[in-house]
Amino acid sequence: MSPQSPKNALLEIRGLSKSFPGVRALEGVDFTVRSGEVHALMGENGAGKSTLIKVLTGVYERDAGEVRLDGNVIHPRSPREAEASGISTVYQEVNLIPDLSVAENICLGRQPVTFGKIRWGAIKQRAKRAIERLELDLDVSRQLSSCSLAIQQMVALARAIDVSAKLLILDEPTSSLDEREVAELFKVVRKLKGEGMGIVFVTHFMDQVYSLTDRITVLRNGRFVGEYPTAELPRIELVARMIGKDVKEVEALEKRHPGTGSIQAGEPFLSLKNVGRKGSVAPLDLSIRPGEVVGLAGLLGSGRTETARLIFGVDKADSGEMLVEGKSAVIHAPRTAMKYRIAFTAENRKVDGIIPNLSIRENIVLALQASKGAWKKLSRAKQDELAERFIKALRIKTPGPEQLIKNLSGGNQQKVLLARWLATEPKLFILDEPTRGIDVGAKAEIEKLIESLRKEGLAIIFISSELEEVVRTSQRVVIMRDRRKVGELSGAEITEQAIMGKIAVAAAEESHA
Amino acid sequence: MHSLTHIIFWVLFAPLLAFTRKQRIFWPLLALGLLLLFNELFTPGFFDLEVRDGHLYGTLVDILKHGGQMMLLALGMTLVIATGGVDLSVGAVMAVAGAVVAQAAVAHQQSAWVAMIFALAVCTLLGAWNGLLVAGIGIQPIVATLILMVAGRGMAQLISGGQIINFDNPTLVYLANGYSLGLPFTCVLALVVLGLTYALTRGTALGLFIESVGDNAVASRYSGVNDRFVKFTVYLFAGFCAGLAGLVAASNIKSADANHAGLYAELDAILAVVVGGTALAGGRFYLLGSIVGALLIQTLTTTMYARNVSADIAPVPKALVIIAVCLLQSEKARSYFTRVFPRKKSPVASEEPSGATAEKLNVGAGL
Amino acid sequence: MNRINSKYIPLAATALVMVVLYVLGCILYPNFGSLRVAVNLFGDNAFLGIAAVGATFVILSGGIDLSVGAVVAFIGIFVAAVIAKGMPPLAAISLALFMGVVFGAGQGFLIHAFDLPPFLVTLGGMFLMRGLAFVVREDSLAIKHLFYSRTIRALAIPLAPRVMIPFTATCFVAVVLAATYVCVFSRFGRNVYAIGSSESSATLMGVPVGGTKIGIYALAGFFSALGGCVATFYMQSGNPASFVGLELDAIAAVVIGGTLLTGGVGFVPGTLMGVLILGLIQTLITFQGNLNTWWTRIAVGFLLLVFIVLQKAIGRSRK
Repeated sequence: MSPQSPKNALLEIRGLSKSFPGVRALEGVDFTVRSGEVHALMGENGAGKSTLIKVLTGVYERDAGEVRLDGNVIHPRSPREAEASGISTVYQEVNLIPDLSVAENICLGRQPVTFGKIRWGAIKQRAKRAIERLELDLDVSRQLSSCSLAIQQMVALARAIDVSAKLLILDEPTSSLDEREVAELFKVVRKLKGEGMGIVFVTHFMDQVYSLTDRITVLRNGRFVGEYPTAELPRIELVARMIGKDVKEVEALEKRHPGTGSIQAGEPFLSLKNVGRKGSVAPLDLSIRPGEVVGLAGLLGSGRTETARLIFGVDKADSGEMLVEGKSAVIHAPRTAMKYRIAFTAENRKVDGIIPNLSIRENIVLALQASKGAWKKLSRAKQDELAERFIKALRIKTPGPEQLIKNLSGGNQQKVLLARWLATEPKLFILDEPTRGIDVGAKAEIEKLIESLRKEGLAIIFISSELEEVVRTSQRVVIMRDRRKVGELSGAEITEQAIMGKIAVAAAEESHA
Repeated sequence: MHSLTHIIFWVLFAPLLAFTRKQRIFWPLLALGLLLLFNELFTPGFFDLEVRDGHLYGTLVDILKHGGQMMLLALGMTLVIATGGVDLSVGAVMAVAGAVVAQAAVAHQQSAWVAMIFALAVCTLLGAWNGLLVAGIGIQPIVATLILMVAGRGMAQLISGGQIINFDNPTLVYLANGYSLGLPFTCVLALVVLGLTYALTRGTALGLFIESVGDNAVASRYSGVNDRFVKFTVYLFAGFCAGLAGLVAASNIKSADANHAGLYAELDAILAVVVGGTALAGGRFYLLGSIVGALLIQTLTTTMYARNVSADIAPVPKALVIIAVCLLQSEKARSYFTRVFPRKKSPVASEEPSGATAEKLNVGAGL
Repeated sequence: MNRINSKYIPLAATALVMVVLYVLGCILYPNFGSLRVAVNLFGDNAFLGIAAVGATFVILSGGIDLSVGAVVAFIGIFVAAVIAKGMPPLAAISLALFMGVVFGAGQGFLIHAFDLPPFLVTLGGMFLMRGLAFVVREDSLAIKHLFYSRTIRALAIPLAPRVMIPFTATCFVAVVLAATYVCVFSRFGRNVYAIGSSESSATLMGVPVGGTKIGIYALAGFFSALGGCVATFYMQSGNPASFVGLELDAIAAVVIGGTLLTGGVGFVPGTLMGVLILGLIQTLITFQGNLNTWWTRIAVGFLLLVFIVLQKAIGRSRK
């Protein structure tokens, strides 16, 4: 099944393997990119895409396998070496220097010098040329942090192609771009492709894959599944290969919608009326009833997390009114939100969720203990009971409750965080990207958990960038774009196309305004 | 008397070492043991004890006597470091304590108790000032406490009028020179404060909150922990402990010397805490470990003194201890070590390595 | 425009404070505005200023160096001791500078290779150098050599009748100019800013973080050693017990000079102004005559507080 070495192969990876303690992230993976092509790298969370890229860019050291660029074997041991070999990368998180100017960011490390003295004029020229190559209009003397996320992403791209790279890796480059910006990006990518560059494109936006790429390589569970010309692989077959199921099963899955049976009649549990915060989210209305799952859909940077933070009190709203169970509520701190029986799992569990060096038991009891205050300590017996109960109920894989949470896999860590909040017996549960970076098995378990919680009468707000997930799980969807609510869909109206449609309409309206 | 002391000591110490060999406190205890062994072999008279005036005298007792001061500082510093912060001002606060108590007792003719309580109140207030800067305004702890470190000594000199004030009030003198239950009073005081701290942190959920705030303050806040209150409290406590230590220091020389009181004390305290097992980055803290760490540092100082090494050169071995402890606590250093001496890997594992490199590189939130 | 300007606000504030202090002094005291006072401001604080320049690089990269005072003291007594033993002064100074570089590089290596916290490593460095200073010699030692008594004096630049710019001041200014050049016109300097602003991004962008970090601490060691040598020019002696707390003054000067303690933002000329402010405060207090010098400590503490709160406020508005 491995592709033969094509004549214009630019990048050839054969038999790449990489393991971490207890986990085989990549096993015998092959990957070929030709010059002058855009090649999509696809797979579910945990399939091994990011590991493959990190090995290519020198972040990780591979265990086995061979990497050839332009026929020469390469073995980059650092991002610097990878760049020197001719591999440029643009990451999803903008990895540039915020305090320096756009021009400096583009030229950092390769500033034109005369006898060691930097020529600032030349830097400006070079940066200008790089920006113009992207057909962008930007003052290169601006400080990077003063530019929008989308512009920063473009600067990262400008830097990447300024290096006269042979291979360009784009890792989720469109997560924060709207349709117009995506179209412009694609124009540039096609131009670079015409110049002979090989481009690796990692994304989970199906439409973009089909409109831009020439070939697709699918990974699943760290293994190479296959390489296919894009034109010859129907969408549903691609999904089937990614998740390892039959085409028919996939069709059935996609048609599945949660019924409205669990939604309780009567007053909504939470009601936001014109709630907003300057610089964060424009005033919006939102309501949710017990037993209902409301999805928040939108691109990166659209304001979904910011809305969640307003509800949970992490940020203070400066307009509008919040009603909980019909009564006016002022929530300015997580502690207050907890009093109203609201729970929240943050987007980035490594940074905002887990307490890495504490045990599973301590992580589970933390929120409950915080709600009781410091003086009413939960007895050790009670803590042990809670820990045991949730480890069993959520099937958390661990030798015991005293294990440090940082030693668990991503999926199990997420389960511990869910346990933490379930221990507080919430009435509203806000989940921000709960399945990000989790393997397929754990993901399915979490989705099932959300189902059962909904049936028990919990109100759930579900935030995810994976539209299929949102469509599958939600009974109502609130769509956001550029920090404002642009639409709402319910029941049978909810489809990926409908959601993307609402986002596009809003973008068009904006450019006319 | 001599050989008896040696035997009694090692009979108690060796099992202690064996008992704790799997715990974190083993390493500082081991270091202490090795240092004591060194003295056992090479410093004559180190272990000699005699009874005079109803209590024990000897080098070991001296260690306990002078170590009490450091133990008090280390206790306060432990909780601060556990929240991920540091308090550089404790030395200056000690100087203030001495200045206030001396001035109150001598110039203002206050009773010893009033003077001491007043001094402690002032120091606790200074701790609150630090807490306000760190928890209230959100200033980095190194910087926030730097301010008091710089200005505090000036304040102490202001209060004592630039003079060294001598006092001879028996209550004040007792602090550092008295004996209680056969042990030096400073040691007893430190143990009492240890008990109090233990009750405060482990008897309530405060200990859990401190560790969680130190390990990940944002996640703790999201879980409903009042991280600002927790941070404020630990600086308050550190100020109080520094005040106590300052009273002891002044009592020791029966005077208040604003210039020299508590000089480098904060650095010694930080060292004691780090040696005792609490990581500088914060998180889990070990009160007993800090006590042992303080004793270790004091033993180091006393060893140098007993061997007639100038007190000024004593910092050199301390430097080596700091570096050694840092290396032991560093994951990267340990991974170099285990590559040379490989050990069995733990059964439960992670998808991603917890190594420093991968964590530092922010290459996207996990695909 | 807003965000570009906010970076310069602390610097503007520093300049303002400096001017205000100077004008205040001129108003209050008749001789304050004299050339001699101005020249002495540079000359008396030269050793602090040079050390603070080194500290600027470290803080710009997001680190901290607590060993400054100890190195200055060590180098001072070391140079005095070897000159007394017969080494020619220029050789002694060269050796001292070399030692500073090696020491600094050693600290940088430990910090980078093992991911050790700079605070603790330089704390250890401070203890080490303090102790070693006393190993060299237990008390102070005057330097009696023609180079010191004659040559250094001769290198003073006459400015006006009866006013000379001492060699120490010249060194100070030269160091500031050289360091500013490095920060603005060298790749190394730009890398320092990059690392301080976002070390993870810098690594991914291919910046040689390890080499740069070691270089930064080596440079700081060099400047501390140079500061020690300049101190010997100034005091004509070495003293192992001297300069206790110098690192704090250096850090204060850097922060007051507009450099963010978190790194990535700051200027060497700012540190120059910070040092001059410290010097002005001291001079004002000396002129006053009645206040004791410990008021300097309190004033510096107060200024530090003001600037830190300012940095914090600006940081919030940048977000």
